[in-house]
Amino acid sequence: MNILTISGSPHVHGDQSVKKIMQGVIIALIPAMLMAFYFFGLPAIIITLTSVVSCVLFEFLIQKYIIKGEITINNGSAVITGILLAFNVPSNLPIWEMIIGAFVAIGIAKMSFGGLGKNPFNPALVGRVFLLISFPVDMTSWPVPGRFSTSLDAVTGATPLGIIKEGLAKGNHVSDLMSNIPSYFDMLIGNCGGSLGEISAIAIIIGGIYMLCKKIITWHIPVAFIGSVFVFSGILWLINPELYIDPVYQLLSGGLMLGAVFMATDMVTSPMTYKGMLIFGLGCGVITVLIRVFGAYPEGVSFSILIMNAFVPMINKAFKPKLFGETVKK
Amino acid sequence: MRTFKKGGVHPNENKISQTKSIEILPIPQKVYIPITQHLGAPSTLVVKKGDSIKTGQLIAKSESFICANNHSSVSGKISKIDNFIDASGYKKPCIVVDVEGDEWIDSIDKSLEIKKDITLSSGEIIQKIKEMGIVGLGGACFPTHVKLMLPEGKKADYLIINGVECEPYLTSDHRMMLEKGEEILIGTSILMKALNVDNAIIGIENNKKDAINHLTELSKNYKGIKIESLKVKYPQGGEKQLIKALTNREVPSGKLPLDVGCVVDNVGTAFAVYEAVQKNKPLFERVVTVTGKSVKEPKNLMVRMGTPVNYLIEKAGGLPEDTGKIISGGPMMGKALTSLDVPVVKGTSGILLMKKSESKRNKEQNCIRCGKCVVACPMGLEPYLLAALSEHKNYEELEKHHIMDCIECGSCQFTCPSFRPLLDNLRLGKNKVGQIIRKRRKK
Ligand code: SF4
Ligand code: SF4
Repeated sequence: MNILTISGSPHVHGDQSVKKIMQGVIIALIPAMLMAFYFFGLPAIIITLTSVVSCVLFEFLIQKYIIKGEITINNGSAVITGILLAFNVPSNLPIWEMIIGAFVAIGIAKMSFGGLGKNPFNPALVGRVFLLISFPVDMTSWPVPGRFSTSLDAVTGATPLGIIKEGLAKGNHVSDLMSNIPSYFDMLIGNCGGSLGEISAIAIIIGGIYMLCKKIITWHIPVAFIGSVFVFSGILWLINPELYIDPVYQLLSGGLMLGAVFMATDMVTSPMTYKGMLIFGLGCGVITVLIRVFGAYPEGVSFSILIMNAFVPMINKAFKPKLFGETVKK
Repeated sequence: MRTFKKGGVHPNENKISQTKSIEILPIPQKVYIPITQHLGAPSTLVVKKGDSIKTGQLIAKSESFICANNHSSVSGKISKIDNFIDASGYKKPCIVVDVEGDEWIDSIDKSLEIKKDITLSSGEIIQKIKEMGIVGLGGACFPTHVKLMLPEGKKADYLIINGVECEPYLTSDHRMMLEKGEEILIGTSILMKALNVDNAIIGIENNKKDAINHLTELSKNYKGIKIESLKVKYPQGGEKQLIKALTNREVPSGKLPLDVGCVVDNVGTAFAVYEAVQKNKPLFERVVTVTGKSVKEPKNLMVRMGTPVNYLIEKAGGLPEDTGKIISGGPMMGKALTSLDVPVVKGTSGILLMKKSESKRNKEQNCIRCGKCVVACPMGLEPYLLAALSEHKNYEELEKHHIMDCIECGSCQFTCPSFRPLLDNLRLGKNKVGQIIRKRRKK
């Protein structure tokens, strides 16, 4: 006779799995990756490879020799962390620094908390912020985008956000600075200085739409994040367009798109309910603008997401799903 | 198109047997009739070993408020009264009957003629339903007459007839609606009269268009009965979800449908009510879907209670080689059987055979905090949290987080990309919290 399996209901499962989700995210990252390779050439490829390989390797080594537990590198989450970490650094970052960043991301920000699902902060962002604080010069020397360059020592320049921040600090007006920064179109496709994967807004948006269609993310966090940046910076701009750059520029510049679409939406470190996600996105947006406009750094996306990551447990407590039958219709 | 709003999932429908007409399953040589087949206090046995009994004869009677009569499904001699494993996996007292012929008690009207006129009064109807041992056939097996006896001061506005059959694979209700439409509508009218309501809504999911059209056509001759087509979504057959979908009323946490003026019965129950009231026929047979991807001939069978599952599977082409799991009911809420000798009871809506490859669960992984279980939960709960609290035996917090509202629909576990056994943990926690609450009430 057959041996029958006895288990509780449900006896069927939907078609979602962690592996499929992670694969979906990796696919969604491809357009932005291609743009990065196009504009920054060989160094970008080397950096990305280094980051991915080190992330996967660190995860493997830690699981095998330190935790001595199950090896889960197959689920693809370390690959994503690797890609995102590379996306958040300049393409000419020294390789050894990249490897340190990967160690911090995987070893400290992820595995020390218990691995996938247990980490409170986005590992790639922790890695990035660590690098920014440890190697401020290397992390802020931005190669000027070329075309398929294979040269390893690129000309460096400032990012659009850096130009604005510095210019305004020197007392210039926004209108004086406009000629120094790339056009909206260049920024949309990614022909501007910046971290590897953040430059091309359009490529990131395509990836985001893919993830929406595959139901990997919902619209709540990106829309709340981008929307609040637009509204908040728009209000400032209306108050004084000479002091504050216009909101469209805010959207296209820096790591906003990358952060809103790929980093803030990380399931592990974002809230559970739609309501919570909206609040989370809103918080990210407001903090981003505050840092960009009033803070010491030209860019605030990473910090804002990390700060909001810390609030996630609280948001989850405060924004519970609405119980069925809670509001009684008489 | 209407549906309930919060949560829900879309499992593959797999209604393989939906075009198969109901066939009458021959009576086996031996049946094992569980003495108690409903939810509530056990029935009291009124026959003994060695007795000769007829089909339809009372074998156990109701002696408490929430309890039901039970009748023999065959004629023959009681050879044994003993405990046998039922669908729950536990041993339950059953009478074993050696079948001889099929001699029905005289009071049953065996004619095929459809009797439309309802001559009994409301009170008499309820009495008749009680006498004939009618219970909810959707799976819960709650005694139907108890639902019809409205407490002082309560009034029902709607009778809701559940023709949703949202469980994948199952088609018994679907076939009933197609083949016994007239009887179901008369049964519905009888229930309306018993409850003294003017409006009844039969909710049917949109994947059964033929049943919707058929009943809509027939219902023109019945006053106050409306057929409503519903968007396909699981668990729409849940009482609270169905009421929400059809009337937009939400049954508050811990309350009953009647608290929002609704009484819900299944289409199969409506048919049983028809037979009980118009034909004097006790509930001793029902339609059971036998299905599964590797089942040779999926079928909808009219089966006498107490027939071993094995016998049904034989009729559907035998047990496939690669069977890994046998489920009583549907794949979302059904119970995995421990034995092929389990008897069919009033609550058996289907027998589902799953292939070996479908039977094993995937290995569970860490929760990735994706929130998909929260979005899927039709009751607005936080399954990931409840499951964790349950694992940590934190019953106080579990109760605070409304574990008792969980309808055990399995939507959360169905969606979880980490394959976490959410419902296993929830069930444990819910049982424990239920015990704690009952203890507290007693004090
Ligand atoms: S089984 Fe319970 S917790 Fe899970 S989705 Fe259904 S009602 Fe919600
Ligand atoms: S669906 Fe599974 S992985 Fe996602 S939050 Fe719920 S329990 Fe965790």
